[in-house]
Amino acid sequence: MKTLWRSLTVIALLGLAAALLVAVLGLPPAPVKLAGEVAAKLGASGVSHPVTAVLLNFRGYDTFLEVAVLIIALLGMLAAGLPPPPPTGSRNAMLPTLARLAVPLMVLAAVYLLWAGAFRPGGAFQAAAVLAAAAVLLHLAEILAPWPRDRRGPRLAIAGGFLLFLAIAAALLANGGLLRYPPEHAGLLIVLIESGLTVSLAVNLAAFFLLRAPEEQR
Amino acid sequence: MSAGLIYAATGCLLFVLGLGGVLLLKALLRRILAFNLMGSGAFLVLVGLAQRDGTPDPVPQAMVLTGIVVAVAATALALTLARRWHALTGRDDIARVRDTGLQIRRKANDRRKAAR
Repeated sequence: MKTLWRSLTVIALLGLAAALLVAVLGLPPAPVKLAGEVAAKLGASGVSHPVTAVLLNFRGYDTFLEVAVLIIALLGMLAAGLPPPPPTGSRNAMLPTLARLAVPLMVLAAVYLLWAGAFRPGGAFQAAAVLAAAAVLLHLAEILAPWPRDRRGPRLAIAGGFLLFLAIAAALLANGGLLRYPPEHAGLLIVLIESGLTVSLAVNLAAFFLLRAPEEQR
Repeated sequence: MSAGLIYAATGCLLFVLGLGGVLLLKALLRRILAFNLMGSGAFLVLVGLAQRDGTPDPVPQAMVLTGIVVAVAATALALTLARRWHALTGRDDIARVRDTGLQIRRKANDRRKAAR
């Protein structure tokens, strides 16, 4: 019976794969050319890289809500209960040396990615991912201790970037739309938002890994 | 057939592979990984279709970037829940939910008795 269900599921999945392939390969060309629309408005967006322009200007509210989703995931994690700290003293002796060499370069790479986002692939999310990876590396090398759940610094950093974004969005409501930047200040506002987001997202992503229950709860 | 369409077709296959994993695998960790594979397939379809006529379209690319970050957040939450489930029941699958509900209650009762 069980094998029958499994083979039926596999057959259904193969059918789904065939249907999806036929649908994707036979898709008619897009009626609206969004790439052209973006290129036409790029001059007024404050940045010269189209993906960054879409992320932080044309569809800024997507990015805004995405930051909120990250914070909600972290809240859910705090509510579900944090894992106990990992056992110490099991690390490889090479790891701290490697971490000490790699982390300054990772911070440099993150700053470059943030700066490059304005005119080539890069931006706040990529920079934050590199910074969070650096924090995880330091944690695995036992240079950076796990964060207790009531530590204030990470909370302020996570909320700070989001509140900065919210404050700019609220201030721009007077212009008649959420996140509708005045073209002459758009570049500056985007750099400001991206810098805040980099710190906030990096701490948020690192917190997924580094937040641990206090020792006595084990 | 352009390179973009090959990416989109690969994305379809990855999506179905992930869906199969979610349906057929029992271990929670494998299901979470399979669910991520479904997500990656969907991202590949979006990015592939966005560049099928030569010029890449930045709007789907930005959406995929947003999607990746949301997927990371969802994965972190799912892993926390799986870990909590394991701590409460000692199981790494959800094969028979009715039994595990009893187990959780029994374990909580034992803990209450021990506290007294």
